[in-house]
Amino acid sequence: MTESPPPVVEMRGISLAFPGVKALQDVDFRLFPGEVHALMGENGAGKSTLIKTLTGVHTPDSGSVLLAGESVAFSSPGQAQQAGISTVYQEVNLCANLTVAENILLGREPRRFGGIDFPAMRKRAAEVLARIGVHIDPASVLETHPIAVQQLVAIARAIAVDCRVLVLDEPTSSLDAGEVAELFRIMRVLRDEGVAILFVSHFLDQVYEISDRMTVLRNGTLVGEHLTSELDRRDLISKMIGRELGALEAIEDASERHSVSGPVLVRAEGLGRRGAIAPFDLDIRAGEVVGLAGLLGSGRTELARLLFGADRADSGRLIVDGTPLHLRGPRSAIAAGIAFCSEDRKGEGLVADLSIRDNLVLAMQAARGWSRPVSRKVKDSLVEKYLTALDIRPANPDALVRTLSGGNQQKVLLARWLVTEPRLLILDEPTRGIDIGAKAQIQQLVTTLAAEGTAVLFISAELEEVVRIADRIVVLRDRHKIAELDGGSTIDEVVELIAGDPVPEEVAS
Amino acid sequence: MTALTTRLPARFLPVLATVVLFVITFGAGSLRYDGFASGQVIANLFIDNAFLIVLAAGMTFVILSGGIDLSVGSVVALSTMVTAAGLRAGWPVPLVIIAVLLIGSTLGLLMGVVIHKFDIQPFIVTLAGMFLARGLCFLISVESVSIKDATFREVATAVIELPGGVTITYNVVIALLVVLAALYVLHRTRFGRTVYAVGGNEQSALLMGLPTARTKVGVYVISGFCSALAGLLFSLYMLSGYGLHAVGMELDAIAAVVIGGTLLAGGLGYVLGSLAGVLVLGTIQTLISFQGTLSSWWTKIVIGALLLVFIAVQRGMIRGRRRQAAVAS
Repeated sequence: MTESPPPVVEMRGISLAFPGVKALQDVDFRLFPGEVHALMGENGAGKSTLIKTLTGVHTPDSGSVLLAGESVAFSSPGQAQQAGISTVYQEVNLCANLTVAENILLGREPRRFGGIDFPAMRKRAAEVLARIGVHIDPASVLETHPIAVQQLVAIARAIAVDCRVLVLDEPTSSLDAGEVAELFRIMRVLRDEGVAILFVSHFLDQVYEISDRMTVLRNGTLVGEHLTSELDRRDLISKMIGRELGALEAIEDASERHSVSGPVLVRAEGLGRRGAIAPFDLDIRAGEVVGLAGLLGSGRTELARLLFGADRADSGRLIVDGTPLHLRGPRSAIAAGIAFCSEDRKGEGLVADLSIRDNLVLAMQAARGWSRPVSRKVKDSLVEKYLTALDIRPANPDALVRTLSGGNQQKVLLARWLVTEPRLLILDEPTRGIDIGAKAQIQQLVTTLAAEGTAVLFISAELEEVVRIADRIVVLRDRHKIAELDGGSTIDEVVELIAGDPVPEEVAS
Repeated sequence: MTALTTRLPARFLPVLATVVLFVITFGAGSLRYDGFASGQVIANLFIDNAFLIVLAAGMTFVILSGGIDLSVGSVVALSTMVTAAGLRAGWPVPLVIIAVLLIGSTLGLLMGVVIHKFDIQPFIVTLAGMFLARGLCFLISVESVSIKDATFREVATAVIELPGGVTITYNVVIALLVVLAALYVLHRTRFGRTVYAVGGNEQSALLMGLPTARTKVGVYVISGFCSALAGLLFSLYMLSGYGLHAVGMELDAIAAVVIGGTLLAGGLGYVLGSLAGVLVLGTIQTLISFQGTLSSWWTKIVIGALLLVFIAVQRGMIRGRRRQAAVAS
């Protein structure tokens, strides 16, 4: 592979270890001007770590970073920015309490008489926003804008400087199809201006649409660098997960759809909460996987929170095992054998500063009460069991949850609830933002659990997934339950039911 | 893509609430008591609380950045002690002033550095600073030291005539200058905007490449400087130095800032709100002294109740914001 322009970024032999984790081992990476380069790999493959090494958040233990042929060592994101490397992270990393203009220009704001020149700042911000085709008031406060717009403001900040390298770390995970198209349009404009763009996304369609070249990582090591046009999807996936695609297909077989006729475990009668979800009826049987389908904001999470008692219902009742259960809060739900795996795993699910072991034991100890401590032996055997059952990596029970990748954190969260042996497991977006391998494992686990008699309420934005593993699908629209389909349904049938324009739009601009 | 929903008024709501509260309490006093609604009563509000205004201005920086400074009351006491002892030893007034300001700023710097370098909660570090400064007072003298220096006394008793026969002291001028300076720094400089950014989301501010370390240490230096300056004003007001001066004044300053609408979590608030907060506290005190029969402890009870209300309102605001954010995402 001989290239005419020299690479703008070259990373050689990068290694970096965290306590208990070898995040990167001898990784090489090149980035050329005027290209969109996708960094591919499962969760925990080291993508984010590599990016943070480039942008000065982490300092590598060994290896060198060359920017335009010169060796550099950034010790802070600020230095990397000054050198022309700008980053937009998955979560919008801006200050929501400041104005749009400040978020774009703070740190390099125009000055007059020693103070900030606000009129000039707003004008400059408006210019930058106009360059990427966004028209919002630069003087407005950032938090008044939806997340998608905030994401574009983050990009505006990134390109407001003379930016040679733009790093986009999963910028599309919170955007809808139209917004993604807008982002891609902006990316193409910047690429044609000669900016080198490093792009990370879990959506293969997007990667194939926008990228020119890709680098694949697995378990902190380099698998290879390829031109996008020369690597087809199947090969890419097998490079990423390092095993045959059989895993995904295996689930298909395992989840042989069966209509479950066991006793009704949980029954909701006219359960509802004003402003959250209209009163609905729902039966969940033991050993059944009930899928919840609907668009974002259709009331999926709200329904789940009512079942778990996280929000109080203002109408209807919940019957567990034939007896009405008065849910005073999550504690009474847990006591009744209901577990809720939140979609916000960082905010609501895990204690990031504790080890995997402690996180697993937390829920069980809470269920047993403080007076009956769990013995070390029981702990160890439980932790061992779930580490292997869920293939949590690293398989080190003392690793801090904070250091794990998103997919592995999700598995720990799942394991934490499984430890309490729930009868109804509510999973809210358990596979969001995690890679194919982990996704397959989690789906597999859901199927296994159901086979063992656990009832599962499975919430996901990905219809394909819901259709694949659910025995019954409940469709929500505008905070109403509108239909119930049996497992044999196709995606098209579900899509038909969901109002609006649910078919994923062509992302092409 | 064009969501042109500027909701600036909502940000000013807490400050407006405080101003309205001030107008109501003052109005109530004016209706109830003769002579309450005079220019001099208002001027006295500033004269009697000049040091608290300066303290609250410094505290606003700290709280906006998401921190807290419990040491300010003790630093005020230490400053009065250094002033009184220095003057007694025959130091010239400018030297005393420089020494006091240096000591205050250095203490702030030390606390800031410890908070940042060792990543310890500001609450603990400034609590240690509070004990340290209070202890240092008694190292100088366990007794109250009165200030007899002629120049100092002259400045202390000098009055400035305003139109309408209202008089104020130099303390008031200094306090108002500090508020103006704070306004400029917070709203017109990169440092000031970074204080807001750090208070809003420190991790984001860091990833945006802002100098968060310098800013976090800087706010404690500013608070230390303001405490020392407030100590000088307090010396002018009391004309003595004593280790038991200004006990619990850090809490008054925090109360003023919170009542002034600054979010304890940081990132939202205005120094003018803190000024209004001090004026509300002062008005309540004046009201109670006009009433005559009530014990002065009633001031504390009312302040306590007010604080509770304001913090509850803030809590509601944060929840509202979160909900908004959740809907937006």
